[in-house]
Amino acid sequence: MAYSDKVIDHYENPRNVGSMDKEDPNVGTGLVGAPACGDVMRLQLKISDDGLIEDARFKTFGCGSAIASSSLVTEWVKGKTVDQAMTISNKDVARELALPPVKIHCSVLAEDAIKAAIEDFKKKRAARQAKAS
Amino acid sequence: MVKLPIYMDNHATTPLDPRVLEVMLPYLREDFGNASSRNHVFGWKAEAAVKKARAQVAALIGASDQEIVFTSGATESDNLAIKGVVEYYKSKGDHIITLKTEHKAVLDTCKRLERVRQERLDELKLLRLSQLAERDVSPEEVAELAVKHDLENDATYRKWAEMPTGGARVTYLDVEQDGRVNLEKLEEAMTPKTVLVSIMFVNNEIGVVQPIAQIGELCRKKGILFHCDAVQGIGKVPFDVEAMKVDLASITSHKMYGPKGIGALYVRRKPRVRIAPIIDGGGHERGMRSGTLNVAAIVGFGHAAELARLELADEAARILRLREKLRKGLTDALDMTVLNGSLEHRLPGNLNISFAHAEGESLMMGIKDVAVSSGSACTSASLEPSYVLRALGVDEELAHSSIRFGLGRFTTDEEVDYVVKLVVDKVRKLRDMSPLYEMAKEGIDLKSIEWTAH
Repeated sequence: MAYSDKVIDHYENPRNVGSMDKEDPNVGTGLVGAPACGDVMRLQLKISDDGLIEDARFKTFGCGSAIASSSLVTEWVKGKTVDQAMTISNKDVARELALPPVKIHCSVLAEDAIKAAIEDFKKKRAARQAKAS
Repeated sequence: MVKLPIYMDNHATTPLDPRVLEVMLPYLREDFGNASSRNHVFGWKAEAAVKKARAQVAALIGASDQEIVFTSGATESDNLAIKGVVEYYKSKGDHIITLKTEHKAVLDTCKRLERVRQERLDELKLLRLSQLAERDVSPEEVAELAVKHDLENDATYRKWAEMPTGGARVTYLDVEQDGRVNLEKLEEAMTPKTVLVSIMFVNNEIGVVQPIAQIGELCRKKGILFHCDAVQGIGKVPFDVEAMKVDLASITSHKMYGPKGIGALYVRRKPRVRIAPIIDGGGHERGMRSGTLNVAAIVGFGHAAELARLELADEAARILRLREKLRKGLTDALDMTVLNGSLEHRLPGNLNISFAHAEGESLMMGIKDVAVSSGSACTSASLEPSYVLRALGVDEELAHSSIRFGLGRFTTDEEVDYVVKLVVDKVRKLRDMSPLYEMAKEGIDLKSIEWTAH
């Protein structure tokens, strides 16, 4: 199976690989997928108190398409508000990377990772607010 | 400087040896005759060439010329052996024993025979229930009526069900953790109805060599025929049908530096093994495989067999040294690697290794100038990781992280050095971006996490 140029580019030059302090109250962490399925993505977003995504980092265990999907969404979410990031869909990712049908699940995982990271951030914020009040 | 791309996938196929190509060429040009043409020199020349090749193939496995049946390749040989035995010995029994780690050519042939039997039993059920209900019964009613008339204990139906169905019952044996068959379990699985044991010589994914002589001994003692898919081992590890008491053996040319599209089935003459043909026609190959002989390919196959026989010992030692260099190079430089399958009972040219927390397909993408294979799900359309590795009890994540290196006649020291360096570099790079490697390094038990399967 041949990969698209964009998948190869993200695979060879992945953007924003790395880790953030998951204890930081402004960091939301999304860990999705399963080792047994051959794909695990971890997406971390640094979100300001007013809901702007200031930075993003990922680490992915998976095929080239999975790595490319996560690398791509780190680029896309940076500078977006949480609400804007929630509208990114797997279809956008699949289209941008020209993923073949058997690789669509990689883009689904990337969408899930954004949602999971934002949810984690919101949960943390709610817990913090509950403590404060 | 090493020449790219590097071919290290010699289990998939091997390159044609230039010496083999040389002997084939005249038979693609002026010596084009049909080996069955008995009345002119073109036919005689072709017949003589086939005769010589037949003897060369026979010599490699300790057989006699008349025991070699040329086929289109090992898939056909496996089909012919299994279907041919089941058909010919149907009045004796219909039970086959094989391994879960066999090649698909064996497994899917067995599955078809199971389906044939099931379809026949379904017909018989319908017929018997129609008699008992004294009316026409539709397939939808079978389940309900079978209970009502207690079909399983009906003497007539039971008698019918024991008659030959044209299909077979199949036992798929588990293997041990090292990939080898358990001989006690094999013996326990044998029944008076068992007509065939089909166990491969060398596994195509993990290179594990089965104890063929012991299996042959056991089958002979029990009066059961023994078929061996010997494709991956022949010409690389000594194989002798007499010493190993093999009754039928599948061989292919393109795994031993010969051309594709030609193979053989060894069919024992003493004691005589009979098979029903699956292709009807002009009665070539003593009636077992009709069809005009592919003379040029047969000549190439024969020469490849002769080269393999003469060079086996030296070549096996040389390839084993390279394989060990590769294995040590990788495992010395990288932590968390797992060898899949027995190291001791292994094809010299095979290395199947899992690099934990680095996914196989993405590793292959990173080493795109090196041709290898992966047990990763992602290399197949099914998204299922290798059934062979799963049969060994290999953890699914490790199955996804497995790479199969297949070294061969033309692999060089320089290539091995290059591959070690490249793979080590890429595995490190992938692990640097793997959340699993980071977690494992932090001491987190990955099994303790509730993953969301997708």
